[in-house]
Amino acid sequence: MDTYAVRRNIIAFIIVLVAVIFLVKLFLIQVVSTDYTPAATNNVVRRITQYPARGLIYDRDGELLVYNQAAYDIMVNPQHLEAFDTTELCNILQIDTPYLEKKLKEAREYSRYKPSIFLKLVSSETYARLQEKMYKFSGFFVQPRTVRKYKYPNAAHVLGYVGEVSDRIVDTSKYYKSGDYQGISGLEKSYEKVLRGEKGVKIYLVDVHNRIKGSYGNGKYDKEAEVGTNITSTLDMDLQRYGEKLMKNKIGSIVALEPSTGEILTLVSSPGYDPGLLVGRQRSKNYQKLSIDTLEPLFNRGLMARYPPGSTFKVTNALIGRQEGVLYPGTSYECHGGFYAGNFHMGCHNHPSPVDLVESIKVSCNNYYAHVFKRILQDDEFASVSKAFTNWKGYLESFGFGDKLHVDLPNEVSGFLPSVDYYDRYYGADRWRYLNVISLSIGQGELGITPVQMANMTASIANRGHYYTPHIVKGIDGSQRIDERYRTKHQTRVDSVYFDEIIEGMDLAVNGEPGTGATARTARVDSITVCGKTGTAENPHGKDHSIFIAFAPREDPKIALAVYIENGGYGATWAAPTAKLMIEKYLKGAIDIQWWEDYVTSANLIKNRKKDEEED
Amino acid sequence: MKRRINVWSNIDWLTVVLYLILVLLGWINIYSAVYNEEHQSILDFSQRYGKQLIWISAASLIAVLIMIIDSNFYSFFAYFLHGVVLLLLVVVTLFGTEIHGSRAWLEFGPVRFQPAEFAKITTALALARYLSTHNTQLNQLKTYLRVALIVLLPAAIILMQNDTGSALVFAAFVLVLYRQGLSVGVLLFGVYVIVLFLLALIVEQLFMIFGIVGLALIVLWILNKRLRYVFVSALMLLGSGGLFYGLNYVFSLDISHYYIILGALVFSSIFYIILAYWYKIQKVYLLLLLLFGSIGVTYSVDYVFNNFLESHQQKRINQLLKIESDPLGAGYNVNQSKIAIGSGRLTGKGFLNGTQTKFNFVPEQSTDFIFCTIGEEWGFVGSFFTISLFIALMLRLLFLAERQRSLFSRIYGYGVLSVFFFHFLINIGMTIGLVPVIGIPLPFISYGGSSLWAFTILLFIFIRLDVNRLKMLQ
Repeated sequence: MDTYAVRRNIIAFIIVLVAVIFLVKLFLIQVVSTDYTPAATNNVVRRITQYPARGLIYDRDGELLVYNQAAYDIMVNPQHLEAFDTTELCNILQIDTPYLEKKLKEAREYSRYKPSIFLKLVSSETYARLQEKMYKFSGFFVQPRTVRKYKYPNAAHVLGYVGEVSDRIVDTSKYYKSGDYQGISGLEKSYEKVLRGEKGVKIYLVDVHNRIKGSYGNGKYDKEAEVGTNITSTLDMDLQRYGEKLMKNKIGSIVALEPSTGEILTLVSSPGYDPGLLVGRQRSKNYQKLSIDTLEPLFNRGLMARYPPGSTFKVTNALIGRQEGVLYPGTSYECHGGFYAGNFHMGCHNHPSPVDLVESIKVSCNNYYAHVFKRILQDDEFASVSKAFTNWKGYLESFGFGDKLHVDLPNEVSGFLPSVDYYDRYYGADRWRYLNVISLSIGQGELGITPVQMANMTASIANRGHYYTPHIVKGIDGSQRIDERYRTKHQTRVDSVYFDEIIEGMDLAVNGEPGTGATARTARVDSITVCGKTGTAENPHGKDHSIFIAFAPREDPKIALAVYIENGGYGATWAAPTAKLMIEKYLKGAIDIQWWEDYVTSANLIKNRKKDEEED
Repeated sequence: MKRRINVWSNIDWLTVVLYLILVLLGWINIYSAVYNEEHQSILDFSQRYGKQLIWISAASLIAVLIMIIDSNFYSFFAYFLHGVVLLLLVVVTLFGTEIHGSRAWLEFGPVRFQPAEFAKITTALALARYLSTHNTQLNQLKTYLRVALIVLLPAAIILMQNDTGSALVFAAFVLVLYRQGLSVGVLLFGVYVIVLFLLALIVEQLFMIFGIVGLALIVLWILNKRLRYVFVSALMLLGSGGLFYGLNYVFSLDISHYYIILGALVFSSIFYIILAYWYKIQKVYLLLLLLFGSIGVTYSVDYVFNNFLESHQQKRINQLLKIESDPLGAGYNVNQSKIAIGSGRLTGKGFLNGTQTKFNFVPEQSTDFIFCTIGEEWGFVGSFFTISLFIALMLRLLFLAERQRSLFSRIYGYGVLSVFFFHFLINIGMTIGLVPVIGIPLPFISYGGSSLWAFTILLFIFIRLDVNRLKMLQ
C-alpha cells in the first residue's frame, strides 16, 4: 500500500493541473478575448423598423389626391416593464384601465421578450403628450407610422384603402410582418409594390431601463428605408367629384374613358363612401358599418356589376351585321308595334316606320334588331345556328365582352356571355334557333356586361373600330412609361368603314329634330355633337334600369362614357341627362343650363328600389 | 451518548462547510438561470429553484441520517447495496421512463429517480470493499476481472439505457485503481489506446501506419538498446515495400497504398521474426503484437465511428476535434455556452442579469450548463471562485483519504474523489469547449434531486467514515 503513496502526489498534481488549465482557458475567454461580448449583446439591441412614407397619388392634372400623415404605434416590451402609474397612462392615451390590462396580458402571452403593439395609431398630439412622460413608463416605446389622408371624400373605389396585412399573408410573405400595412383595394392594392417602398431598420442599443444609449455598430447594420414611388392616375378629380355628386341617392355607375388612350377619367360607383372612413383606429368600426349596409357601398359597380346592356347593345349588333354583310345602310324594316314571328311577339314603342339603319338607332327600334339578329344567326355562310352563334360571340369578345379587360384595378369581373354549350344544355344540342335567344338582339336575356366594358365599347365606336385597355395609372414617379399592355391597340373585328352609319344614328338619337323619335334628346349639349344610345333594361324585380352610352364630340372624340342607373326607368329619363352633364362639365368646364344639374342631383331613385323590395 | 459526542467533534467541518457553500452557490445560480418575473418568490415550488430548495432540505436530512448510521454498516452492506442498485438499473432499463432519449428514470408520481446516480455510490463502496479485503493486489488477472465486474457491469447496463454520459463516469474509478497500485504500464497502455483512437479519427490511416511503425521502431531501440536492430528492420521494411510496389506496377494491380504497405509490413515481419529468433532480439513478439494490434485498432476505429456511434455522438467528437465547424448544429450548445461565459468578462453582468442564460440561448442552463450562469453573471471572479471551491473540496478529500487508517475508508475516499473529479472535469470542460459535450451534472450545483442526493450521500458516507479514521474497519 504505502509503496504507492507517491501516487497521491501525482493525483493531487493532476487535479491542480486540470484546474489551472481551466482557469487559463476561462481567463482567455472571459478577460482577454473580446470575441464573445458582441454576440451576447444581441438581446439588448432594439430593432426599430423604419416604415417609409407611402407613395403619393395624383390625378391627371397633377392635383394631389392621397398623401400621408404621421401616426404613432405605442409598443410595449413586457420584459422591461416596471411598475407605473396606470391611471396616468390611461389619461394620456385616452384609454380605460380594462383595455390597458387586456393589452398588457396579450403582450405577455405573445412573448415575454419581444415587443408587441399596445395601442395603434395615436395622433401626433397624443404622442407629444406621451413623449414628455415617457421616462415614467419603462417598457413602452413608440414606433412611427404613416397613415393615408385623402384630399377629397371621393373616388374611394378607385383609390382604395390601406389596412393591416392578414395573418395568412404574414405567414407566407418574406417581406410583410404582423402589424405592417398594405393596400387592400383599388390603386393602393394594384400598385402596392410601387407605393409601399421598402422597409428599413435602425438598430439601437438600449440599457436595462429601456433608454436608447446609441446606435448599434455605429449604424453599420442599419438599412435605409426606401420611400414609396408616387403615382399619377388618369383620374380627372373634378369630373369624378361631379359624377359622384350627380349619382347621389342613385344606385349605379358612371365610367368615362378617353378613347384615344383608354385612360379612365372617371369611375363612379354609387352609393360610395368617404375613403377617410377607412383610415386609422376607426377603420374596423367603419368597415363593419359599411359592409352591413344593404345598398353595398363597398361594392364597386363599375368593375364588378354584371348588367344587361339593354338597347345600347343594338349598336353592337348593327356593327356585327354590317361586318357580316347581312345588314346595309339601306336595309329597312317596317315596325308596327314590334316583332312578330308565329305566335311570338316582341314589343316596340311608338316610332316612325319603316326605319333604315341610321334611323333604327335614332329611334331604337326593337323589331329592326330582331331581324338583324335573325339574319346574323341564319347566315348561309354557317352550317348551323350554333356555328353562326359562335361567330357572333367571337365579335363580342373582340369588343372586350365576356372576359376581363384586365384593367389595373383589382377585383374586376369578366361579365357573362352565353355560349353554344350554355343553350345546348338548356334546350338540347342544336335544338334551338334564333327565336329562342331573340332577346339577345336588344341587349336583354343572358348577358352580363360591366359598366367599364360598356364604356370600353363606346370608346371602340368613338375610335371607329379599336380600343386601348382601360387603365387608371398614367405615370409612375414622373416617367410616362406605363406597362406596354396599356399602350397596345386592340382591334375589334369590325372594320372602321362600317362605323359611319352607326355613328350617324347615334348623332341623330341625340341631336335629331324634336318629334322625329330621337330617343336621347335629353343628352343634347349646346355646340357639341354628342353621339349616344339610350337603353332601358327590363327589371323583373322593379322599375327598369336607365342606361346611356355616349361619346363627344363626334369628330376627334375626347370622352366616351357609359352611365347605368338602377331603377331609373327609361334611358332618356336619368342616364342621358347625367351623361350630358358629365360631357358638358368635361368639355366646357361649366354647365350652361343649371336646371339640368339640379334636376339630376336632387333625384332620389333609391326609394324606387326600396319600394320594389317592399312589394316583393 | 459517548459515541454521538465523538461523532460530533470528529466531523471534518471544513468539508461540510465546503459542501454547504457549493450547495448554496448552486441554488443561487439555479434561481437566476430559471428566473422570470412572474414567479419571484423563492419559495415558489412550481419553479426549479423552489424544487431545489426541497431537494436541499431533504438532502440535509439524508446527511444527518448517514451520520447517525454506524460506519461499519457501509462496509458490511457494500456488496448488498451494489446488488440492489444493479437490480434497479435493470428494472429501469426495461421499464423506465424515457427522457431526452435515455431510459434512465423511474417515476413515482411527481418524483423522478435515477438509479444510475446511486450506482456511483455503491460501486465506490463495493470496490473499496473488494480491494481492502485480503490484501488483494492489482497484479493478478483474477483481480482485474473482479474489479471489472464491479465497475463495468453497472456501466454496461447504463450504456444500454442510452445514457452514455453516466456510463462514462465509471471510467473515473481508474484513479482509484491507480492509487491502489494499478501498474503504470497498464495505465499508459490505456492512455495509448485512447490516444490511438483519437488520432485515428483525425489522421489518415496511411499516416497512422507510418506513425505506428515509427513508434514500434523506437520502442525496439529502447528495449534492446541497439540501433543496429532498428536499421535492419527499417531496411527490411523498405525492401519489402519496394518489392510490393514493384509487383503492383508490373502486374498493373490497382491496390491502394494502404494495402501495399500493409502487405509489405506483414511480409517483412515474418522475416523479422526469423531474424529475431536467431539473434535473440528482445520482446519482438510483443512488439509485433503491439504493432498489428494498433493498426487493427486504427482500422476498426473508423469502422466503429461510422457504424456504432450515433450521429450526435459523432458530431460531438468531430466538433471537439475541430473536424467540422458547425455553429448552429451540434456545436451550437458549446458555442452558446462560451458566448455566455465569455460575456461575463471579469466581474460578470450581475445577479439575475445574465441575458444569454435568461433568454434560453444556452440550453439546459439549470442542469448541465449551470456553469454558464456562473460565468456570465459573476464573471471570471465567479468562475475562479467556483473552481477554487471544487479544488479545495477535492484536495481536502485527498488529504482525508490519506489519513484513514482503514484501507476500506481510504479506497472509498478515493472513489468519492474520483467521481467528483470526473464530473468536474467533464462538466466544466464541456462548457468551455475543451471536452466533448457529455451531459453530466456539476455536483451540488446543477439542478436535480437525484444527483444532489446521490452526491450528498456519496460525500457524507465518507465524512462518516472519516469520523472513525483512527479505527480499523473491516
